[in-house]
Amino acid sequence: MRKTLLIIKREYFSRVRKKSFLIMTFLVPLLFMGMTALVAYLTHTGGDAVTVVNVIDESGELLPQLKNSKGLIFLPTSENLGQAKVTARKKESFVLYIPDSITATQKVQLVSEKKAPMYVLTDIENQLNNVVRFKLLKEAGIDINTLESIKPNIKIEYKELTDEGEKNTNTTAAYAISFSAAILIYLCLFIYGSQVMRGIIEEKTSRIVEVVISSVKPFQLMLGKILGIGLVGLTQFLLWIILSSLATKITSNNLLPYNVLGALQTIPLGFILTTFLIYFLGGYLLYSALFAAVGSAVDNETETQQFMFPITLPLLFTYIMAFSFIVNNPNSTLSFWLSMIPFTSPIAMMVRIPFGVPDWQLYLSVSLLIAGFIFTTWVAARIYRVGILMYGKKTSYRELVKWFMYKE
Amino acid sequence: MLRIENIVKQYADHRALDNVSLEVERGCIFGLLGPNGAGKTSLIRIINQITAPDEGSVYINNERLNPSHITKIGYLPEERGLYKKMEIGEQMIYLAQLKGLSKKSALEQCNYWFEKMEMQSWWKKKVEDLSKGMQQKVQFVATVIHQPELIILDEPFSGFDPINAEVIKNEILELNKKGATIIFSTHRMESVEQLCDSIALINKSKKILDGRLKDIRNSYRSNTFAIEYCGGRFDVAENTHFDVISTRKLDEAEEITIKLKENVKVNDALQYLIPLVQINQLTEVVPTINDIFIEQVKGINHA
Repeated sequence: MRKTLLIIKREYFSRVRKKSFLIMTFLVPLLFMGMTALVAYLTHTGGDAVTVVNVIDESGELLPQLKNSKGLIFLPTSENLGQAKVTARKKESFVLYIPDSITATQKVQLVSEKKAPMYVLTDIENQLNNVVRFKLLKEAGIDINTLESIKPNIKIEYKELTDEGEKNTNTTAAYAISFSAAILIYLCLFIYGSQVMRGIIEEKTSRIVEVVISSVKPFQLMLGKILGIGLVGLTQFLLWIILSSLATKITSNNLLPYNVLGALQTIPLGFILTTFLIYFLGGYLLYSALFAAVGSAVDNETETQQFMFPITLPLLFTYIMAFSFIVNNPNSTLSFWLSMIPFTSPIAMMVRIPFGVPDWQLYLSVSLLIAGFIFTTWVAARIYRVGILMYGKKTSYRELVKWFMYKE
Repeated sequence: MLRIENIVKQYADHRALDNVSLEVERGCIFGLLGPNGAGKTSLIRIINQITAPDEGSVYINNERLNPSHITKIGYLPEERGLYKKMEIGEQMIYLAQLKGLSKKSALEQCNYWFEKMEMQSWWKKKVEDLSKGMQQKVQFVATVIHQPELIILDEPFSGFDPINAEVIKNEILELNKKGATIIFSTHRMESVEQLCDSIALINKSKKILDGRLKDIRNSYRSNTFAIEYCGGRFDVAENTHFDVISTRKLDEAEEITIKLKENVKVNDALQYLIPLVQINQLTEVVPTINDIFIEQVKGINHA
């Protein structure tokens, strides 16, 4: 036990003290937020490129009503369509031709040498639609001001019937958090699982393993490595949660258009977080044991391919199913089974949770997951103890079975 | 100190150890000899409790092998290895702690050995920054840092340059003098011949010979001598003392290898030779372990 603790400590601190850990911990959330902000900014402005549209307005009354935005500027031109096309070609600008007959034909022409960005097209369409609509409304004798002043804005106040009575819920936020939890589990199973695998391959190729297992049992070494790296994962999550909640607090006050914090308060954040940690840990223990077995069976990382495939397959399958099938049919039989089978439940259950999962299913799923990782750890340990001492042989599945059958 | 009784280790399709028994006395230097693949490493792994035997038992200090013995054994595997990215000082303390030392005594031992081996300046270095010879030194320290009673060295001198090999050899002898029992395992028998008190020969998973080196050698003495002389040839055919096995021309002398006839002392042979030639030196031809091994293996194969 003392020795397992020593191993856990070494695995943990040798990773946490690395620069890459700090970078991952602080940079990933920053990058993530930065990316979201950038995407939002870019879609909003269309980047830094300004598109100039020369407008030939035959009626002369529509152009003044078109509004310029940051990325889109409307300019009048005195040229006729033919001339304007030549200039457009030379100056790489756009020409918008609004014929007099627009209200009847509902058609305008936009010509340019380059392909027009999507936002330019939608922006012009929207603006023209509005302008023409107002014009037609006016002609039909409707008072625009009255029309403008009547603007109903209906919001669904959704209440969930629970044991504690009616509860306010913000389903969108709950979905978002659960789904990101599922994605995070999927990614982290790979990230930390392959860290376990690489750690074992490193010990094997550097031959330190024989020194270590003359002091501790192979199982202790394997367990120490798995738990140590698992703790690294939890530390990282903890820091991410702290950092991102700080960040949300700051950004939601200034930047975000709607009340994120308010939305967050309506969902059972603690519950989702707890299930996330349970399913991450369970899934991690289950899969990292398999990764450990693979690591022990090979001499270098390139040989892992043939064994990795059957490990990644159930994960990939659930991941795809989660966002195509389970989301739409959270209570179907298939979704139920996917959230019970230990190999798929960490992802499948996280996706089902915002739709409401009966308690007994949760308990059953978690118990099966625990049984699952005890089983895989047992299998992996039997392969591992033999594998780490086998050098220079290409391993086959038959070999693995043989190792598994060896007596102590 | 160490007693091994009827060990059998079977891997799926091959028997690594077949009914091997041997005994290592406390305080001796023991040579576990045999060609590659004979089963030496399998035996060592059993002693280290890395694997367990299928049959038979191992006793240390008359106690059946159990986890408490791990702290009493120091093991230098044939395939050397350390964590490449870990600082050496930290790594030594870690390995010593795994062997059961407290953090404090691990640190003390580290300081002692680093000073002794003149590697204080390596404390903060990483293994990958050291030369191969330096790594071997570190590895040796890792083997003995917990003051083991039994030190098992698998191919100890492979990979060492002659100077470092000498350093390590002296350290081993010093540890032996302080009471540690040493087991050398090697296929290069000549490399440990002068060091060992006792040996065991293993070939094809069976022990074929063991005992005190002196006794073994004596039993293989065959009254054969090599004599170096100068002063020209002489007719060897007509003597009653010995048979000539071979003659050889050296740079400035001749060498003759003789085998004494029954009940003839070497002095008789010398008395016969002295009037004939000028004798430079006489040495008894004792078979090396290598010769004995080859003879044994041949004998087994013929039988």
